[in-house]
Amino acid sequence: MMKFTELTLVNVLRNLGRPSRGASTLTAFLVVAFASGIVAQGPPPAAPPPVVPASTLIAPATPEKVPDAAGFIQRWLLLEPIDANGLTDSVVQAAVKKEYFPSQFTAVPHDGDKVTVGGAELTWHAVDTKNYNINLFHFARSLGKNTSNVLFWVVTVVNSPQEMHNVRLAIGSNAASVWWINGVEVAGIYGDRQTVIDDGVSKRLTLKKGQNVVRGAVVNAGGATDFCVRFLDADDKPLKGFTVSVGSVRK
Amino acid sequence: MGKAMSWNHKLRWFSLLSGAILALASIAFALDGQVGIHDPSTIVQSDGKFYTYGTGGSALVSDDGWTWRRGVTPGRTGLAPDVIHIGDRYYMYVAANSGVTKAAVNMIWSKTLDPNAPGYKWEEGGVVASSDGIEDANAIDPGVLLDPNDGKLWLVYGSYFGYIRLVELDPKTGQRRNPNDQPRNLAINCEAADMIFHEGWYYLLATHGSCCRGAESGYQIRMGRSRKVTGPFIDHQGIDMLQGGGKLFLGSGGRVVGAGHFGLLDLGNGVQKFSTHFEADLDRGGASVLDIRPLLWKDGWPAASENLKEGTYEIESARTGTALELAVEGMPVGGRVARGGGRGGGRGAAGGGRGAADVAPGGGGRGLFAGQGGVIPSQDAAQVSMNWPAGNIGARMGVYLLQAQQKWTIAAVPNAGGYPGSPYFKITVAGTDRALAASADSELVVVPAFTGAAEQLWRIEQLTDGTWRIMPKSVPDSKEPVALSAVGSSFATLSKFEPGSDKQRWLLKTP
Repeated sequence: MMKFTELTLVNVLRNLGRPSRGASTLTAFLVVAFASGIVAQGPPPAAPPPVVPASTLIAPATPEKVPDAAGFIQRWLLLEPIDANGLTDSVVQAAVKKEYFPSQFTAVPHDGDKVTVGGAELTWHAVDTKNYNINLFHFARSLGKNTSNVLFWVVTVVNSPQEMHNVRLAIGSNAASVWWINGVEVAGIYGDRQTVIDDGVSKRLTLKKGQNVVRGAVVNAGGATDFCVRFLDADDKPLKGFTVSVGSVRK
Repeated sequence: MGKAMSWNHKLRWFSLLSGAILALASIAFALDGQVGIHDPSTIVQSDGKFYTYGTGGSALVSDDGWTWRRGVTPGRTGLAPDVIHIGDRYYMYVAANSGVTKAAVNMIWSKTLDPNAPGYKWEEGGVVASSDGIEDANAIDPGVLLDPNDGKLWLVYGSYFGYIRLVELDPKTGQRRNPNDQPRNLAINCEAADMIFHEGWYYLLATHGSCCRGAESGYQIRMGRSRKVTGPFIDHQGIDMLQGGGKLFLGSGGRVVGAGHFGLLDLGNGVQKFSTHFEADLDRGGASVLDIRPLLWKDGWPAASENLKEGTYEIESARTGTALELAVEGMPVGGRVARGGGRGGGRGAAGGGRGAADVAPGGGGRGLFAGQGGVIPSQDAAQVSMNWPAGNIGARMGVYLLQAQQKWTIAAVPNAGGYPGSPYFKITVAGTDRALAASADSELVVVPAFTGAAEQLWRIEQLTDGTWRIMPKSVPDSKEPVALSAVGSSFATLSKFEPGSDKQRWLLKTP
């Protein structure tokens, strides 16, 4: 089923035009589909969705975490969503380059840290995911926040026991996203898209010994939103041998 | 024919075609340089050069497999030689008739094929097969196979006078192993036989039809296969080659007539090619010429393919299904349309417009799915490139949407050399001079203009599954050969070719 990124049900129905047998059939289908939940990723709601606990996310219980068997980083700091619109290259680039809060591109936040964006106070949350991906829809919905037309800032810290050369950051996201390693932009994918493992991949880079800050901005239009991140080694195999931490747990 | 002459010839031919048939956007490439030969031997490499020998002492040599020149006549001349490299020796088998069907295959050997190298000296090895003029065979047209399974060396030979026959040779000496053993009959009604082995099957490729009649020559390569080197060799219809069977491998086509004398050129890493001669190249006055083409495998049979033709292509990863593109923001073909109104909601040229699920013929109508009416022209760079940055731009991959930054023109680069079968190509964004290049860090970049630099020259070869491998001639500050690689769905890089992976296999599709 298609993802209705920038359409509302009202628009769809309005555009069906003069009633006809075919149009009536489609109209009926859409109405029933929305009513019954068949349309899995429906139009963005006008108001935040009802609060539902995030079944895939849990609070970190250990200081450090190793990547999963496939190399995916499962521990992140997520900032509550910021309003954003548009998924094209230029619009996303402009959105992620805008300064929303001080030290946005340099600070490594801690769980519970707060920033003010447009007069609203937003909180950083440390999470572990049970899956290979971080489900931002679950995250935002669990807080009663918008899941559509939003930007999520995400940060994690990779602790590398030694300098690692010729590795690549490999990301997938729903929808667009831009990524930095130690302050350098290394990857970006744009447009309305679903999360695909190793969708966007950086050029070869070096992880320094010690802490490496991975920072991302995920921009969603409507419907589901999530991302997955891992590193690939020189042979394009999942990189392991590092840990991930997100600072002290304050909650 | 000189190098420059041959290029001029091709360009002239291309110009003629372009003017007459606008829809035809490509030409097939024949090898460059001096390629006149008849009955070429299997191409072998010696001291970094490629060599082949033909009937009457003709010899061709090439530094790169693309541009050829006359070589030095070997120590023994005759009919349709074949050459194989075993250990530190090059064995040449060459036949001579002393009667209508009275003939003998002689072996000579040398430690190198380079006349200027130490060790170049042809030694006589004696007769390895013969026919007495009475028996049902004519001992000419030798072809040799070193069995990769057990290291045994085999010789097939023969012509239309009777059978294609098989005898065993000694791989240590190149001579006949058991001279008193009776040769085995493998096929009839053919000549110029050669045998190859692939994944449990022996394939006998032999030439049917008539040679030596210019554009009237019906020469064609046909084949059968067997689980045993001794046969029976059965074709795809179940007919034994001893009863005249043979599945067509290659005949006439394009501008060349009469294919004969198959020879395998295995370049390793899943790249196989074959050599043949065509009895008449219409672009070279009907002369008999050497050619090298890709060898594919389909349904358990070798298949003759063609070298890449110039043209405009979508370059699609066989791994990810996404297409190589200039890393710029794409514009939908026909322009960005506001959904739920605007251009998408208007009435079509056909005046339909009953709604989304009821699109009128010719498009148009109203509603979400009705389009914008009329014919939407294809997108070319002139429509959108004004929004592209100047200077170097990255390359990436994306879902193919028929957009200008996703279409690449692949064109041969004159006088830049090549590789077996093809010249080097440049790859530019269609309608622009923006050229794909390798960067110093073995990544990709699209430079504003093609300069002819080695990192902008591309070796594009078909792999045995029909996909293409795309390699830069060189990478700045690196000697390691690398290939275009889809490391992610939306990102391409350059990395060492891995034959067992699909990440460096590409489809070249008509955009």
